Amino acid sequence: MNVTDDFPLLKNKPLIYLDNAATTQKPAAVINAVRKFYEEECATIHRGLYPLSINATRLYEHARERIAEFIRVPSQHIVFTSGTTDSINLVAQAVPLKKGDEILLTPHEHHANIVPWQEAAKRAGAKVVWCTLKDDLTLDLQDLKKRINKRTKVLAITQVSNVLGIVNPLKEIVAYAKDEGAFVLVDGAQAVPHMQVNVNQLGCDAYVFSGHKMYGPTGIGVLYLKDLSLEPARTGGDMINDVTAEGAEFAKNEPRRFEAGTPNMAGVFGLAACVDYLEKVGMGAIHAQEEKLLRRAWDALGSLPRVQLLGPSPDKERRAGILAFTVKGVAPHDVAEILARDGVCIRAGKHCAHPLHYQLGLAEGTNRASFALYNTDEDVDALVAGVEKVTEVFK
Amino acid sequence: MSDALYRELILEEYKHPKNKGSVENPTSTCTKNNTLCGDKLTITLTVSDGVVTDVKFDGIGCAISLASASLFTEHIKGKAVAEIEQMDEKVILDLLGIELNPMRMKCAVLVLRAVAGALEVK
Repeated sequence: MNVTDDFPLLKNKPLIYLDNAATTQKPAAVINAVRKFYEEECATIHRGLYPLSINATRLYEHARERIAEFIRVPSQHIVFTSGTTDSINLVAQAVPLKKGDEILLTPHEHHANIVPWQEAAKRAGAKVVWCTLKDDLTLDLQDLKKRINKRTKVLAITQVSNVLGIVNPLKEIVAYAKDEGAFVLVDGAQAVPHMQVNVNQLGCDAYVFSGHKMYGPTGIGVLYLKDLSLEPARTGGDMINDVTAEGAEFAKNEPRRFEAGTPNMAGVFGLAACVDYLEKVGMGAIHAQEEKLLRRAWDALGSLPRVQLLGPSPDKERRAGILAFTVKGVAPHDVAEILARDGVCIRAGKHCAHPLHYQLGLAEGTNRASFALYNTDEDVDALVAGVEKVTEVFK
Repeated sequence: MSDALYRELILEEYKHPKNKGSVENPTSTCTKNNTLCGDKLTITLTVSDGVVTDVKFDGIGCAISLASASLFTEHIKGKAVAEIEQMDEKVILDLLGIELNPMRMKCAVLVLRAVAGALEVK
């Protein structure tokens, strides 16, 4: 796969970008769509009677349909937000909770799928419950099921760990939690960029992801919400049917109920262009490319004596193109710094997953390389050469 | 193989730090950390007649933070508290002899923050 030419930043700046789980670079198709909005299409939606506004409204609703098709859900359940974090906050403020209720989380969660629930629990007097990991760092499914009971009102779970890249077997887990009556939110931020996702088949109540991690613009995110009668966390313009001096009547059974205020139209149009681009390349091809890169990195880094790879081998468990590792005797920030000085961009730290790192006894953090469709075998080789250099500098 | 940032001095201080451990019966102590990167330093020191007579550090961190801790504790030993209180990040950079980006600056000045904290509670 050679798509470097589609990405202006990569074409203009020779660097080896392996921090794709943080954010991805943007193809020209996305940048052009955002520019086109500002240069040719800029008007508010749902209001003006002039052609520019009518066109913007049409494009906005078309984008909603494109994104719904992409994850296989009906478009009236797609709510635009500012990102995964925003989507989860919206849900965590809307799901009714009371004293004694339980919210079940997994150690694979990003802070975005932890903190809003801790806060919701605090407000309601509910309790956050954690399931455990097996020795290979995959979820202990038996333990997870054991912790689901009649008090479990919410299960918030990631599809792909942003540190370990492990793909969780969601169909089985979601079905079990739904049988027990829990509201199930799935964090798809690290899944949507890497594989074809079918939210309808997952059967969850909410599915959330970010534009910027899937080659789209920053500041735009998606919330798939099954139950459109939930209370909107934000109120104001555009989400109402009518407002009088006495109060407001909110829109019902429409996504705009949750989209108060003028939306990020440039972001929405950019995201629709992004989905078009991804479908042209093919999610299957992207997944295959990243899997190939992961195996190459896994084998080469794994053969270095002082390198410890985290999680199960891709031969044993399903994994997306995310790889965390440590180098014995070298702090993660020193590893990343030496790589950075040779143009290799990876992440060092705890990757917004402090509880996971504390649990693994890795308070100093880990290093993480994460792959995207534009990465090549040469990028992986540069990563490996960089880590070898680290072990020589820190003899 | 060498790297301009990880020059001899820094690697030497990292591998064989001076003043590592803790002072017995310190007059004050302070722990500071950079939660995001996981650096954590505890300073123990003894002040007598307005002079830091002994100082040690303990903790975990990257090469920059630990080398900086080694060099800075050595630098302030025997100096007056009033003089140490005037020291800023420039002193640290001079001791390390390198330039740092803002991210790594936080690692380098952790020891400065911990010493300042210890002197405040003396």
